[in-house]
Amino acid sequence: MAVRRSLIAVAIAFMTLFLVLPLIIVFSEALSAGIGVYFNALIDPNVADAIYLTLVIAAVAVPANLVFGIMASWCIAKFDFVGRNVLITLIDLPFSISPVIAGLLEVLLFGLNGLFGGWLSDHNIQIIFALPGMVLATTFVTFPFVAREIIPLAQEQGNDEEEAAVTLGAGGLQIFFRVSLPKLRWGLFYGVLLCNARAMGEFGAVSVVSGKIFGQTDTLSLAVESLYESYEIQAAFAVASLLAGLALLTLVLKAGLEWRHRDEIHAVRRKRSA
Amino acid sequence: MSTEIEIAGIVRRFGPHTVLNDVNLSVRPGELLALLGPSGSGKTTLLRLIAGLDQPDSGTISIDRADALEKKPKERGVGFVFQHYALFRHMTVFENIAFSLRIRKAAKPEVKARVEELLKLIQLETLAGRYPAQLSGGQRQRVALARALASQPRVLLLDEPFGALDAVVRRDLRRWLRQLHEEMNITTLFVTHDQEEAFDLADRVVIMNGGKICQEGTPIEIYRTPANAFVHEFLGESNILPAMVRDGVVHAEAGFLIGAATAPDGKVTAYIRPHHVLPQANPNGAWRILRIAATGAQARVSLGLEGLTIEAAMTADALLESGLTTNAPVDVSFSGGTVFDPDGTRPVRLLAARGAAAVSFPAPLHV
Repeated sequence: MAVRRSLIAVAIAFMTLFLVLPLIIVFSEALSAGIGVYFNALIDPNVADAIYLTLVIAAVAVPANLVFGIMASWCIAKFDFVGRNVLITLIDLPFSISPVIAGLLEVLLFGLNGLFGGWLSDHNIQIIFALPGMVLATTFVTFPFVAREIIPLAQEQGNDEEEAAVTLGAGGLQIFFRVSLPKLRWGLFYGVLLCNARAMGEFGAVSVVSGKIFGQTDTLSLAVESLYESYEIQAAFAVASLLAGLALLTLVLKAGLEWRHRDEIHAVRRKRSA
Repeated sequence: MSTEIEIAGIVRRFGPHTVLNDVNLSVRPGELLALLGPSGSGKTTLLRLIAGLDQPDSGTISIDRADALEKKPKERGVGFVFQHYALFRHMTVFENIAFSLRIRKAAKPEVKARVEELLKLIQLETLAGRYPAQLSGGQRQRVALARALASQPRVLLLDEPFGALDAVVRRDLRRWLRQLHEEMNITTLFVTHDQEEAFDLADRVVIMNGGKICQEGTPIEIYRTPANAFVHEFLGESNILPAMVRDGVVHAEAGFLIGAATAPDGKVTAYIRPHHVLPQANPNGAWRILRIAATGAQARVSLGLEGLTIEAAMTADALLESGLTTNAPVDVSFSGGTVFDPDGTRPVRLLAARGAAAVSFPAPLHV
């Protein structure tokens, strides 16, 4: 009993120190000069641009990874082909590689002196230090989130339900939209949530390829850094509070949906473990 | 009008393995047919070919005289119940059953009426809103059946329909399925490796082994006149005795008389069911009773003769009346069986030799 209590106490203390306290500090610092100053910091044109840019990047990276993730899980779960294990390993690469390296690789490929740099500048296409590069970097870094979530699910669920759908008269598209996709939907949902949170908060890779042109190629996380470095502490925390808020919103969304569909989730999980 | 299926010359290979090797089969309208065989005999593959889940390398399948292989699965009018049911886990029982109707864009009231009718049929009206994971094995099985029946298929195919269920549920469902078949009269094929299940349920049984059909017939025909040694062994316990035929008399190589058979002279193998082995108490008998095991209504007696052991089966009542005890000397005679050529073919019925029971122990034959 005493052991249990002390273990719980340690866990709570740890959580408070590393998770709750920082959150409180973020919000209290952001609001330290009053709510008016807080909103003024957020409606600053440069910050507004950063918000916009972050949303644009996430709006491209998340759907792209959703589609890639579904395709990859489809290939890996349904077919046995040469290089299947290599593909599974490659999907993890963005997890194991430092985002800064990912950004550097992109500079080496698409930068002015990079592999495709000459061709790109000849055709007046700018990738590095511009939006396309930031989208590419974010997509790369967040690639595993959806795929990792649904590949094991798809593998485990096998092909039985799809075959049943065939005998019940369904065509390819009907099977995909009525059976294959829905049976993965919780995995997809978690994957998309995590992917989105990471896409909006990504720093390292984006930092390398953005060139940090304040007001032009700043995302929210980059804006936090540049504001902090220019001693606008309160504004930096105001922007940080947006990202923290996003994290909280993600959790609330996840918990809320889990609660609303608890019967179905519970049923599916039970079947999985059975 | 019920549907007939004609299967001719079907060959299916998976890489180097020939899973089905020249299979020919006619399924009669409205019959309940069992495909019985050990695992790997190709029975499930045959079912999948009929449903269109797989394509044969050669051969033809026609359903009601129309080439089925040209048609897509959905055009074949076939309902399929999978071994592990393959219910849609993200759909309720209602939506599972409604699936094929929704695919066919049936009107909502029509879907509702049909699903409710089927729920009533499978006696699960109260569970329409449950998810498959919240059902028992027997309930899932019935939902799978209702789902397959929803679009009124002409042919119903069931792959090991009772394989994953416990004994009591299995028996109940078997009766229920038999009754259902009698009411609906849909041509039905089911796959099983359990001979009791096949014999209990089917009008006709097809026995498969190694990608070929060994025998087809009514349960009683197959049981009484097995086409080869494999069928005999597969259908239940057999005492297998190497033997010699001489002038229509069958002698075991171990040196005792087995019975009479109209087989040509030469080496044979006699297959005898335990209930055709009749031990009789005789103080001068050459056999010894090694063990007696009574399991409820049935009793089993192990009989030994110079290192050879055979099994006899009788009712527990008959055992009591016979007064047989362990270690007692007995005579053994045989009331039936089948002799095959040593390679397991050319079956001939074994008849009880007249007065065989009186023969105690003839001189060993040297063959």
